[in-house]
Amino acid sequence: MRRALPRWADLILLPLLNLALALLLSGVVVLMTGANPLVAAAALARGAFGDAEAWGYTLYYATDMLFAGLAVAVAFHAGLFNIGVEGQAYLGGLGAALVALNGGGLPVWVAVPLAVGAAALFGAAWAAIPGLLQARRGSHVVITTIMFNFIAYALMTYLIAGPLLAPGQMSPETRGFPAIALPQIGGGTPLNVAFVLALLCAAGVWLLLWHTPAGYRLRAVGAAPRAAVYAGMVPARIIVWSMLLSGALAGGIACNEVLGAQHKLFIGFTGGYGFTGIAVALMGRNHPAGILPAAILFGALYQGGAEMAFDIPTISGDLVVAIQGLVILTTGAAPFLLRPLLTRLVSRSA
Amino acid sequence: MIFSIVMATLRVAVPLLLAAHAGLFSERSGIVDIGLEGKMLAGAFAASVVAALTGDPWLGLLAALAVSAALGLLHGFVCIDQRGDQVVSGMAINILVAGVTVTLGLAWFHEGGNTPALPSSARFPEFLGLSVLAWPAFALVPLTSWLLWRTRFGLRLRAVGEHPAAVDTAGVSVAWLRYRAVLIAGLLCGWAGAYIAIAQSAGFNRDMTGGRGYLALAALILGKWRPVPVLLACLSFALLDAVAIRLQGVVLPGVGAVPVQAVQALPYVLTVLLLAGFVGRAIPPRASGIPYVKDRS
Repeated sequence: MRRALPRWADLILLPLLNLALALLLSGVVVLMTGANPLVAAAALARGAFGDAEAWGYTLYYATDMLFAGLAVAVAFHAGLFNIGVEGQAYLGGLGAALVALNGGGLPVWVAVPLAVGAAALFGAAWAAIPGLLQARRGSHVVITTIMFNFIAYALMTYLIAGPLLAPGQMSPETRGFPAIALPQIGGGTPLNVAFVLALLCAAGVWLLLWHTPAGYRLRAVGAAPRAAVYAGMVPARIIVWSMLLSGALAGGIACNEVLGAQHKLFIGFTGGYGFTGIAVALMGRNHPAGILPAAILFGALYQGGAEMAFDIPTISGDLVVAIQGLVILTTGAAPFLLRPLLTRLVSRSA
Repeated sequence: MIFSIVMATLRVAVPLLLAAHAGLFSERSGIVDIGLEGKMLAGAFAASVVAALTGDPWLGLLAALAVSAALGLLHGFVCIDQRGDQVVSGMAINILVAGVTVTLGLAWFHEGGNTPALPSSARFPEFLGLSVLAWPAFALVPLTSWLLWRTRFGLRLRAVGEHPAAVDTAGVSVAWLRYRAVLIAGLLCGWAGAYIAIAQSAGFNRDMTGGRGYLALAALILGKWRPVPVLLACLSFALLDAVAIRLQGVVLPGVGAVPVQAVQALPYVLTVLLLAGFVGRAIPPRASGIPYVKDRS
C-alpha cells in the first residue's frame, strides 16, 4: 500500500528529484572520463545560455524537442507508445522537400504553408499505418513503429541517394531550396518561425486534450479502454486519430530542420530527436506545461553539450545522449524509486 | 561462391541468433526486452576496452558478459521490483548505452569514440572458418529447446510468462524466475556484443551493433518465440544480408532493378505483415509486458 503524498510533492518535487538523480548519475559518467563534472556543467550552461546567440541555438534545438515531446505525449494519452517519431519526422522531411523542390513557380506565401502542410501530412501518413494495424489487427504499436523506423531509413536512403539526389552532388543530399523557407527570427542563428509554430502546437494540444470532447475521448481510451467502450466510444477510431496527430506533430521536426535551418534534405537530418522526444514527454509528465520546460532543457543540453565538447576535448557531445537515457530511466521507467524516501521526509516534516 | 555465401550467412546470423535467444528467455518469462541492442552495444564496448588493455580476448568476453548482465539486472530491477514500464526501460538502456560508450571511448582512447584496433592475438581465433565464439551459438538452439520444454525450470519459466498468478499460487517465486530470465538475456547479449566487437571486428566503433538488436526482435517475433523457427528467421535475415550486395542491380522480370535498400527493409516489412496477421499470426506470451502484482485487492 502506498502512503499518500501531497499533490505538489507528487507532481513537482518527485520529477525534480528524478531529474536531479539523472544529472547526478551523468556526473558519475563525467567523472569516469576524468573531467570535473562541475567544470563540465559550467561549460554546458555557458554554451547554452551564455549570450544571445547561445539562446538562439538553444531555442532552435528546443523546437525539435518540443515537437517530438508533443508527438510522443499525444500518443501516450491514447495509451500508445509511439517509438516511431524518428521515422515519421524523416518522412515529414520528404513531404516538405517534395513541395519545396517542385514548388518553384508558386508564390512563397503559398509554397511555404504548403510545404509545412506536406510535412505534417507525410508524418501523419507514416504514423497512420501502425495506428491502423493496432486498431484493426491488434498489432502492437511499439513493435510496428520500431519496424517502420527501419523501413523509413531504407526508403529515405534509397530516395535521397537515388531519384532525389542533386546532380553532381557527392554527399547524399537533395538540391538546396533556400527560396522556400520559414523566416529566420534569431539573428544569425538557425532559430526560425517553426519555434512559434511549435509553441502554437503546444497550446493546441493542451486545448484539444483537456478542453474538447475529442480530447476527453482520447484520454479516456488511453486511461480505461473498457470503460470508454462502455461509454459508447470507439477505441479503434480514436487510436488511428491519435496516431495521425502524433505523426503530424513529428512532421514539425522536419519543418524546423528542412524548411527552417538546412534548406535541403539529406540522410539522417532527424538526428535522433524523435527518440529524445520520449525523454522530453516523460519528464514533462505528458503535459504541454511540463513538456515546454523539458524541451528547453534538452535544447540547452544539445547546444551546451556541443559547446562543452569544444571547450573540453575529452568530453564528447554524446554525453547528452547518455543524459537522455538516464532521464528516461529515472523519470519514465522507475519514476517511483525515490517515492518511499520522499514520503518519509514529507511525513516527518508535517 | 555458394560456400562463401553460406559462411557469410552463418557469420552474420550468430549475433542475431544470440540476441534473439536473449529476447526469447526474457519474453517467455513475461519481461518484454527491447533493450537487446543496448546490452549488445555495451558488451561490444566492454569486450573491446578490456581486450585492448589486457590483450586477452577471453578477459574481454568476461567483461562483456559482466556489463551486459548488469544491464539485464537493471532492467529486471526496474520491471520486477519497481514495476516500471518495460518498453520505456528497454529504450532507456538503448539510449543510455549509445551515449555512454562513445563518451567513455573518446575520453579513454582519443579516437573519436572508437577503441584502438586490436592485433589478432587480442581477438578470438577461428575454427573451421568461423570464430570459436560462433559455433557454441548454434548449439544454443537445441539447448534452449531442451531447457525450456524438457526441464522443470523451463516449464516454470514459460508458465510465469503466461500466467504468473498460477505459478505464484504453486509457491514458486515469480520475481526470482524472472530475474534468472533477464540475467540469461544479459549474458547472451554480452556474448553477442563480444562476438561483434572482438571476433567479427577488431575493436569498438560508434553504434557498431547497427540495429541488430531490433532485427533480433523481429526474428523473435517471426519465429513466434520458439528456438528452431527463431533460428530459421535469423538465418534468412542473414542470408538476405549476405546476398544484398550481390543482388544490387539485378533486374527481376516485371519489377526492374532491385534497390539494395529494398532487400534491407524486407525483414522489417515481413515482421509488420506477420504482426498484422497477413502471413500467419504472432501471439506473444500472454503476461509479457505486464508487471506482476501479488495483491490485487
